[in-house]
Amino acid sequence: MMFEDEPVPGYPLPILPGHSSPGRFERVLRAGHFAVTSELAPPDSADPQEVFQRARVFDGYVDAINATDGSGANCHMSSLAVCALLTRVGYAPVMQISCRDKNRIAIQGDILGAAAMGVCNILCLTGDGVQAGDHPQALPVFDLDSMSLLETARTLRDEHRFLSGRKISFAPRVLLGAAENPFALPVEYRALRLAKKVAAGAQFIQTQYCYDVPMLRAFMQQVEELGLLEKIFVLVGVGPFKSAKAAEWIRAHVPGVHIPESVIQRLKGASDQAREGRRLCIDLVQEIRAVRGVHGVHLMAYRQEESVAEIIDRSGVLGGRVPWYPGRDVQANNDRKQS
Amino acid sequence: MYAVRLWSVRHARGLNALYQAFESTLVALHPLWRAIGYRRLERPVAFIERNVKGLLFDCKMCGQCILSSTGMSCPMNCPKNLRNGPCGGVRANGNCEVKPEMKCVWREAVAGSERINGGDAAIREVQAAVDRRLAGHSSWLRVVRERTGDESP
Repeated sequence: MMFEDEPVPGYPLPILPGHSSPGRFERVLRAGHFAVTSELAPPDSADPQEVFQRARVFDGYVDAINATDGSGANCHMSSLAVCALLTRVGYAPVMQISCRDKNRIAIQGDILGAAAMGVCNILCLTGDGVQAGDHPQALPVFDLDSMSLLETARTLRDEHRFLSGRKISFAPRVLLGAAENPFALPVEYRALRLAKKVAAGAQFIQTQYCYDVPMLRAFMQQVEELGLLEKIFVLVGVGPFKSAKAAEWIRAHVPGVHIPESVIQRLKGASDQAREGRRLCIDLVQEIRAVRGVHGVHLMAYRQEESVAEIIDRSGVLGGRVPWYPGRDVQANNDRKQS
Repeated sequence: MYAVRLWSVRHARGLNALYQAFESTLVALHPLWRAIGYRRLERPVAFIERNVKGLLFDCKMCGQCILSSTGMSCPMNCPKNLRNGPCGGVRANGNCEVKPEMKCVWREAVAGSERINGGDAAIREVQAAVDRRLAGHSSWLRVVRERTGDESP
């Protein structure tokens, strides 16, 4: 798919009526396409080329790239910087903001800065506790929570003012996202929490890893009963396992990731567990696509990012659509010049 | 104290009713408080509030009490200070991601709010960002002054 008004990379698209952002990602969602996003792990490096290399593996398969913000409470290049680099060459990043490391003064400044650098999507997160990462001696900030962060971002965008009330002259035009984990306790409260996030300003959500589709269906049923289907784009988190052992380790050590025993058994029974892990992921993507109210998948393939292309390709969810990437239209542009 | 805190959530209904009556009494006595002077009352009342709520809820004296909206489970005991619901890291046994030995404050809050009249509606309200300046101050007196529209020093 190519937009008729495709811009110079780094320059925003014209903003369409009813859209919050001039971004490509929002256009894909509002056009009703099944969207694919993935996650870029920011490097432990000051070299911009490492960011571009990490983005390149997704070329042609994802509509937006999430830049994580100190995920797992580990220190890496900042999400703002990663996003600023990505927009330079035209990518559509989703800037993740965690409440763990910054107070409301820093966060609001980052939102303005990100929008100025062409970032059109922001994911508002609470963040992992500092005990999970490589600097457990750090001060956990948590000045805002994910909900008040959403409200803060929406206030900047829609009311053109800071939380303090002070006016801003040009509002950040961003699509606001949040996370939800339909698979964690208290399960019965999860859809209600999503309703709160929608009320606070969330326009899309990306969920925690889904390995239990019946549980996802039950959650989406509740979401529908709460009348939220028309109000939020739901992208369901998925990811491949390298082995049954890796899955068991995640189940035991990463709080909030729910992995049914049947998944572990399926991996254990395979001769090539990594390949079976990718197959399982493809099956999940296809099953998830059929769930009512789901608008896309968010593929988190930490340290196996190269598998994203294969999984998306073989799942067929793009239906022949090629998401934009730098250089995608070079041939098309040449054709146009000749005609 | 942790055990008392859990007891308070189990008795959320009674405690909430008790507090509502207490709040009405405080509001009724507003002329008296005003005569004494809210500024003069602040320290002794905050002292009592800290000790009573400290015992019952492990109160952190954020100064903006929302216990009636959180099933009598104080959200400031959440290591992430979450005032709007649980994070995504709740363990499979229902305990906290950061403090594995502690039950998730928000799981408790959901259970407690089901016991309170109107609790399920209250827990759905979006709570605004905390005003950190109010930390250490009496929430009781603030509520009375808000309800009576009092702006005296």
